[in-house]
Amino acid sequence: MIKGDNKANRIAKWLVSGPPLLFLLVFFVAPSLIMLFTSLRFPGEFGGLAPIAAPAGAVHGEYGLTLETYQFFFSDILYAEIFLKSFAVAAASTLICLIMAYPLALLIARSEKRFRNLMVLLVVLPFASNFLIRIYAWMIILGPESVFSHFINAVLGAFGVAPVTLLFSSFAVLVGMVYVHLPFMVLPLYTNLEKHDPALLDAAQDLGANAWQRFWRVTWPLSLPGVFSGSALVFIPVLGMFAVPDILGGTGDILIGNLIKDQFLGTRDWPFGSTLSIMLTLAVLAITGLAAWLARPAAIPEK
Amino acid sequence: MALLEIRNVTRCFGDFTAVDNVSISIEAGEFFTLLGPSGCGKTTLLRMIAGFDLPDAGQILLDGKDMFGTPPEKRPIHTVFQSYALFPHMTVADNIAFPLKMAGTTPDEISSRVREALDDVRLANFGNRFPQELSGGQKQRVAFARGLVNRPRLLLLDEPLGALDAKLREEMQIELINLQKERGVTFVFITHAQNEALALSHRIAVMNQGKVEQLDEPSRIYGFPRNRFVADFIGKISIMNAQVLEAAPAHLKLSVAGLGEVTSPTKENVKMGDTGVLAIRPEQVRISHHAEEVELKNHFIGKVQGFLYVGDVTTYIVELPNGARIEALLPNSAPGRAKFFEAGDPVAVSWRHDAGTFLND
Repeated sequence: MIKGDNKANRIAKWLVSGPPLLFLLVFFVAPSLIMLFTSLRFPGEFGGLAPIAAPAGAVHGEYGLTLETYQFFFSDILYAEIFLKSFAVAAASTLICLIMAYPLALLIARSEKRFRNLMVLLVVLPFASNFLIRIYAWMIILGPESVFSHFINAVLGAFGVAPVTLLFSSFAVLVGMVYVHLPFMVLPLYTNLEKHDPALLDAAQDLGANAWQRFWRVTWPLSLPGVFSGSALVFIPVLGMFAVPDILGGTGDILIGNLIKDQFLGTRDWPFGSTLSIMLTLAVLAITGLAAWLARPAAIPEK
Repeated sequence: MALLEIRNVTRCFGDFTAVDNVSISIEAGEFFTLLGPSGCGKTTLLRMIAGFDLPDAGQILLDGKDMFGTPPEKRPIHTVFQSYALFPHMTVADNIAFPLKMAGTTPDEISSRVREALDDVRLANFGNRFPQELSGGQKQRVAFARGLVNRPRLLLLDEPLGALDAKLREEMQIELINLQKERGVTFVFITHAQNEALALSHRIAVMNQGKVEQLDEPSRIYGFPRNRFVADFIGKISIMNAQVLEAAPAHLKLSVAGLGEVTSPTKENVKMGDTGVLAIRPEQVRISHHAEEVELKNHFIGKVQGFLYVGDVTTYIVELPNGARIEALLPNSAPGRAKFFEAGDPVAVSWRHDAGTFLND
């Protein structure tokens, strides 16, 4: 009886979770394979891809499969630099998001229950307007004639510092990245912090922990799963983001995302664009793998 | 000087007075229990002793020192919480080490004290486990060990046995008594379970609506409840309206409407003409087939309304001629299958002249 139920349960489980699993599998694995295959081919004469087999009567041109793009990637230090810079921007954005989001998430989690949903709504409210429009808004805010720029330069001037241009700089890119991704850090943190049992903080205080010790020994370690998932949700999209550096960055602020976009839409070198994508995917997998491994000792066994 | 002195403490939440002018003093080494129904103010009082809440009026003194300005983390008072509140991200050993770390104890001493504490609660091999991997009783013992390891002046226990099943609860009660005796730490225990309070405590304060109704030893609380609330709350008791006919130095003569004269032990501040209730415990009431067999002073005939067989004893509910119901407890001590009085049987109920208590209105 119980066995039969279990079997029926298992079938039901697969019926429900099967389609989405299949969807993810097909639309993640298939494109990755296509991308891998593309990266091994030659670019076509006018963009796109060259045929694998040489057409009849072809005199010149390159056909078949090759590792040329990978050689190219590793032969020029420029690409490593752009990768490194992208990782630096992603890491900095993640850290700034974490520092800004943590107190906010804590505030929401410790507010009265009836206010929490409203506050969460406010956090996600920016999503109601188009992402590009919000980035363009930053262009105006950071622009040389903006009130903000004038104010910053007035303050700097008072200390005898020469005026600075905020827009089209790494600073502007970072501001844009943090602004766009902040909610992705707040939400997982809040979801985690909200579940903490307040009795634990009472217990810590009762056993002699001051406010800082209560945070550092109880709240922070318990929030690590939220910190890790929030960090992943910020770090990974920032790595691939091209719109923000495109709009807010200067000529030197090219990130991997821009590079890939240029290969496909500008240079029309699909194989090299695919190679860059593959390298990015590998790098992200390596980093998330490392993070998961590092997070392992803090992992809390589930009930 | 008492270890803990609660002096005229009052705490209000809006219009609601949670603790109303309560004064209690607790001696060092005592197992003291605050007993009362939920909402009686015992938890608020406990939180004020721990420092999580502050009195609106009155003082709480520990070793003669007013605790008002001392936050919970600075008070030499630890609490065992109802939910245990063990840190889920720390091992059992780290949980127990926590108060020692906070107190700045040296690592060497921490490890030896933790080992000692684990031995004390018979969890020597569980130091590396996480709380989630323990049973309810084991978690409970970790919570005790954590509360005691830093040798607090006072250990507060907030219904710590509430989540355990009956059998385990009894075991833990015995363990708790032993732990308290061995360590000599003063315990302030709060509970709504009267049998637990009776079994564990040296003294009990019965609380109701923010006030202390009676503060005494368990046997006196049970045997000589001071008022109707205490009588009703602690154990089972039958209650009948009564009026004092005669207040002699040796006994009281009461008149119970529709029943007649009843003799009960004398009591201070009771005089002729007082009205109130006669309260009598089921185990003091004898039940028999015929009135002629009874030689006790208080005896009446009645009719069995029903009974409750619980294995060791049977409780009979007997209706008296005046309509009042009285409970009588009969131990099932005869060998073989117990023979019962059946519902509808005419029986005689009786009790000694020094049983029962008269409680003024």
